[in-house]
Amino acid sequence: MKKTVFFGALTVAGLAAGVAAAGTLDDVKARGKLNCGVTTGLVGFAAPDANGNWDGFDVGVCRAVAAAVLGDPQAVEFVPTTGKTRFTALASGEIDMLARNTTWTFSRDVDLKFEFVGINYYDGQGFMVPKDLGVSSAKELDGATVCIQTGTTTELNLADFFRANGISYEPVPIETNAEAQQQYLAGACDVYTTDASGLAATRAAFEDPAGHVLLPEIISKEPLGPLVRHGDNEWGDVVRWTLNALIAAEELGVTSANIGEMSAAAGNNPEINRLMGTEGNLGEMLGLDADWAVKAISAGGNYGEIFEKNIGENTPVGLARGLNAQWTDGGLLYAPPFR
Amino acid sequence: MTTLTDPPQESFRLSMLLNDTRYRSYTFQFIALVCVIGLVAYLASNLVANLRAAGLNISYEFLGEPAGYDINQRLIEYDSQSSHWRASVVGILNTLLVAFLACVTATILGVFAGVLRLSHNWLIRKLMAIYVEAFRNVPVLIWIIIIFTIMTAVLPSPRAFRGDDAEASMLFDAFAFTNRGVYVPKPILDSGGWIVVITFLLSVIGVFAYRRYATKLLFDTGKLLPMGWPSLAILFVPSLLIFFILGRPIGLEYPELKGFNFAGGINVRGSLIALWFALAIYTGAFIAENVRAGIQAISKGQTEAAASLGLRPGRIMNLVILPQALRVIIPPLISQYLNITKNSSLAIAVGYMDITGTLGGITLNQTGRAIECVLLLMAFYLTISLGISALMNVYNNSIKLKER
Repeated sequence: MKKTVFFGALTVAGLAAGVAAAGTLDDVKARGKLNCGVTTGLVGFAAPDANGNWDGFDVGVCRAVAAAVLGDPQAVEFVPTTGKTRFTALASGEIDMLARNTTWTFSRDVDLKFEFVGINYYDGQGFMVPKDLGVSSAKELDGATVCIQTGTTTELNLADFFRANGISYEPVPIETNAEAQQQYLAGACDVYTTDASGLAATRAAFEDPAGHVLLPEIISKEPLGPLVRHGDNEWGDVVRWTLNALIAAEELGVTSANIGEMSAAAGNNPEINRLMGTEGNLGEMLGLDADWAVKAISAGGNYGEIFEKNIGENTPVGLARGLNAQWTDGGLLYAPPFR
Repeated sequence: MTTLTDPPQESFRLSMLLNDTRYRSYTFQFIALVCVIGLVAYLASNLVANLRAAGLNISYEFLGEPAGYDINQRLIEYDSQSSHWRASVVGILNTLLVAFLACVTATILGVFAGVLRLSHNWLIRKLMAIYVEAFRNVPVLIWIIIIFTIMTAVLPSPRAFRGDDAEASMLFDAFAFTNRGVYVPKPILDSGGWIVVITFLLSVIGVFAYRRYATKLLFDTGKLLPMGWPSLAILFVPSLLIFFILGRPIGLEYPELKGFNFAGGINVRGSLIALWFALAIYTGAFIAENVRAGIQAISKGQTEAAASLGLRPGRIMNLVILPQALRVIIPPLISQYLNITKNSSLAIAVGYMDITGTLGGITLNQTGRAIECVLLLMAFYLTISLGISALMNVYNNSIKLKER
């Protein structure tokens, strides 16, 4: 009899776990902490500092969501994931969202049952070679040895690119960026390929950055963005519109410096008012407080501020805005209207 | 005349399942089995239910789809359009290759180190003790990385071989040691080449047959035939004769600098070498201890008795001590072979594309089918381990002390 009760309890617990996955927003509120999956450490995007505080471009998204939902940008539990463990961690509910320069692809969205809520970095795959190799185009790389991080979309693009151009190469699979850097500098591979932002960050760390060139070919589109589990649309909306709020804030000129003033009282721009919660009930529709976006933007500033602070031109990573500029500045960033 | 009848058979009653010692153990085992099956079924149904709730399913269809990635070391035909299944097979063959190489090397190293550790020479004995203690007590992953790092950092890149005044040069114009691996000449078989290869294989069988015959003759008649030079002669003379008679049908393709890399020849990759040597020297240290234990398990009286018959030390070891010691050495040796095979999954540390790198790495990552891939991996390693175990047990039975 006791055993029946025990197994019954187990079954109920199992079912409850299955059902609970549907209401991530309530889970996060009840827990008081957001579980956010990030990389195990990529300077500029997500890395712990000397005091163990996580910092970076992807971390900024996690903090904004935590601020919007819980009112506290520090209420985040960062879960480091590798290329291999990231999707399992998200699918199993170990993390509530994944912000880990992950490329939005059809199969990840459709087949793996994830939902990409937007794009926080537009990237593309490039090649880096030592200057003294005398190569000026990726099409001259016939027979070259190429260092490549395994299990990434770049690996598939690489195979496609060489196949389409009818040239051969030899892949040297490696696990992390640090390992790739060491192999490349030792000459164990002629070429290093990864997302162009990663190449720029890697080259910036070299003793002699001028001795290495990035080839002109960008062979793929790598839209990187945060993702959540498929099927929990309320939670997906929260993460999506928090990201959009950061992007819209930059476009509308709302910064961490002037947000206190702008959110204090309704101004004469209705869209800013709706974003700040001084007009309309957008927060209520999301199941959040009226000032959710204010908290999100206060956490680390708007999109542009997060970008400049972590990976912008004045940081060691030193990336230009490029495609990641606002649509009004000729870039691709375009937040749907807050209305 | 009386007829004998069987005593009346006691009929089986249900209570005997608990009261009769003949049946009781089966009853409890059966109950335990049902519990285990129940638990496994519960876990499986829980998994399936949770997957369904997440909108996922268990499906192996991805194995038939194009893999889309390239693998640098392929023992069979493979390109990026081949299926995930074929990529897995490439990985399996790579695992088996490195495991086989490491097992052979570790055994040779281990036997030498184990025997030498018991040497009367102080220096040799201590050197072997240092080897065993140093390698046994540092994790194998560290050794893999150390060897790999040394290879990439110390050896020149192919670029250094270029130009008239090159920094590096090839050994005998045939071997190139680079930080991408070692390039060695590759044998090219012309039309008659296969005949030479077959002759050589037959010669190997011939050597075994000869040694068997010589042993039998020794046991039957006490007549000792020479072993060393006839074995070598049988091994090489017929193959060489056929080779020259057929007009040298086997040529060599030398590696040459071409474009970015060496082309031609066989490239033994740095990752393979690092993994192979690290596994071999690490496990070799364990095998050395097994061998030492085996030798020390043989009574000193055996050595003394053999010596009193006038046998030389080398012969005592080969003919008296080692055959008896094998009975102690083989069973733990089986576990060491299993360890090598399982430890080869550390290949990813140096980017060697074994089964963990292809199926458990890239395929898992690209398809997101983690459960399916891990189940397949488990099945593979289980099969391999049980296979090695079974083979080695057959060997163990053949050399076991025959008790009559």
